[in-house]
Amino acid sequence: MGGGGALLKIDNIHTSYGVIEALKGVSLKVKEGEIACLLGANGAGKSTTLLTICGVNKPTKGQITFFSRTINGLPPHEIVEEGISLVPEGRRVFPMLTVYENLRMGAFVRRDKMGIEEDLESIYKNFPILKERKNQMAGTLSGGEQQMLAIARALISRPRLLLLDEPSLGLAPIMVEKIFKIIKDINKSGATILLVEQNAALALEIADYGYVMETGKIAMEDKAEKLLKNKKIKEIYLGG
Amino acid sequence: MMQDIKKWAFGSLWLFILTIPFLGIINALYFLVSLIVLAILWFIYKPFEQNILDVQSKLLQLPMPSIRWSLYFVIAILVLILPFISDQYITNVATSAITYIVLALGLNIVVGFAGLLDLGYVAFYAVGAYSYALLSTKAGLSFWAVLPLSAIMAAIFGIILGFPTLRLRGDYLAIVTLGFGEMIRITLNNWDSVTGGPNGILNIKGPATLGLSFSQPHHYYYLIIIIGIFTIFAVNRLNNSRIGRAWVAIREDEIAAEAMGINIVKMKLLAFALGASFAGIAGGFFASKMKFVSPESFTFFESVIILCMVVLGGMGSIPGVILGAVVLIILPESLRGFQNYRMIIFGAAMVLIMLFRPQGFIGGVRRRLELHPEDEKILKQETESLYDVKQK
Repeated sequence: MGGGGALLKIDNIHTSYGVIEALKGVSLKVKEGEIACLLGANGAGKSTTLLTICGVNKPTKGQITFFSRTINGLPPHEIVEEGISLVPEGRRVFPMLTVYENLRMGAFVRRDKMGIEEDLESIYKNFPILKERKNQMAGTLSGGEQQMLAIARALISRPRLLLLDEPSLGLAPIMVEKIFKIIKDINKSGATILLVEQNAALALEIADYGYVMETGKIAMEDKAEKLLKNKKIKEIYLGG
Repeated sequence: MMQDIKKWAFGSLWLFILTIPFLGIINALYFLVSLIVLAILWFIYKPFEQNILDVQSKLLQLPMPSIRWSLYFVIAILVLILPFISDQYITNVATSAITYIVLALGLNIVVGFAGLLDLGYVAFYAVGAYSYALLSTKAGLSFWAVLPLSAIMAAIFGIILGFPTLRLRGDYLAIVTLGFGEMIRITLNNWDSVTGGPNGILNIKGPATLGLSFSQPHHYYYLIIIIGIFTIFAVNRLNNSRIGRAWVAIREDEIAAEAMGINIVKMKLLAFALGASFAGIAGGFFASKMKFVSPESFTFFESVIILCMVVLGGMGSIPGVILGAVVLIILPESLRGFQNYRMIIFGAAMVLIMLFRPQGFIGGVRRRLELHPEDEKILKQETESLYDVKQK
């Protein structure tokens, strides 16, 4: 995709929570311009992988390179400045701040005031509901709107790689569809995305490449359309 | 309405039972009666509350800045001429009130802005006061040289407290800070060779400038006004800065703040250090005014009172915290006529304020925007109708 090489390359990382090893040698690549998705059951280590990329968890072993620069060991705020932005699991918007203030917070690492205002306008164009509610507190938004806000908040830092952690979590089916369409649109406009999802069918539909995680390891990887047809995947994740 | 009656009934009964052992049944009954009178007054006031709140919010964001500025102007004039229109006693109370404003605004940085509950804040006040006392008596430095050093010393102690508590939140942080506050006080109490132990440090020099050595209460009054204005200005600037926004993000959601690229470690330490430095300044001033420091002035109770100023005034709101400090200093002073009962009345007043204005006198803007049941209903209808449209 896009003819680019690997934007993000994870090489054999191990991450532990105390004595429990959550990641036991995970390797994956995200190519520039594509949507890669990371599937797997609860506790497989999907979120841990994302948090390790973001620097919230430190890998005990292995290497993470972004734009051929080693980023493991950097603190989270420097990784954001490198151009990796996370939409955390459960949205985590700032509930007592307004939609506008949330978006401004997303631009925290940027110092070009004019550019931020411009990007705000384009975000309001893409997410009209956020413009409508820009002076409303984020905690008063519906789940789907909060998810949109969380995505918009991550986008406004102009990331080169967007990490999405379970964007469909707790949303009504119709909202899930809407969010996935938005994710696809974001990707079309040039952003590279690594998506963690439990809803495997939907994720594989919009993704280019897929990884399946099982107990801290990558159990399977392939082009998304191939995974969709894979018998084992169908049985386990797509409900037969 | 029903809920308020319940609150009053429970609150009054609780205070009544609580006061029986102190006051005896007869006096406690008087107390109960006065609470009931208060309750009746409250219910007379209640229907007008909305109007008063409207007036208040209008005052806070006046469309006509002229009225607001003239209000500030009147307050400023009153503050400035206070020593000439009152006696020494009032000037002293006002001086102490402004000292507490500085302290409360400093604590507000930590508790109100960054959301880190600190129960040992008085430790920094003590560090500032002792730094001033030692540098002034032993090194012979002047007030103007020592005051910034007191602030720096307190900031260093703020960082010392901050480092081990970076990963702690809420209750756990509160316990550690409480312990830290006690540690400082007990150290001061026992390190006889340096701090003079329980006897404290005597004969601290006051400030002098341009041939005027500060001796009268109103000298100190004007000095603390300058410090107070500096504090208000600095805290206000901080609140509206990038740093201020980072603190808000940390208070609201630490993980999300991290994901926004905010350097949590740096910002938390900064909150502790800056908050502490204002306590250091207040401590330095306190030592120079009293000419004497001892560990007795820096008990846990002081931390609690300062925290109460922040919470009662309205966490995160600068005018609120100022009002909270003024009320909590003036209220016990004005109750001196009640002698032994004054602390009971003081406590009762605090309980009542928290029952009926949990967001503080001037709640932070954030709290005022909180959801009300009616809003939730509207929100639900909105999303439901949205959903219906989509389904069709």
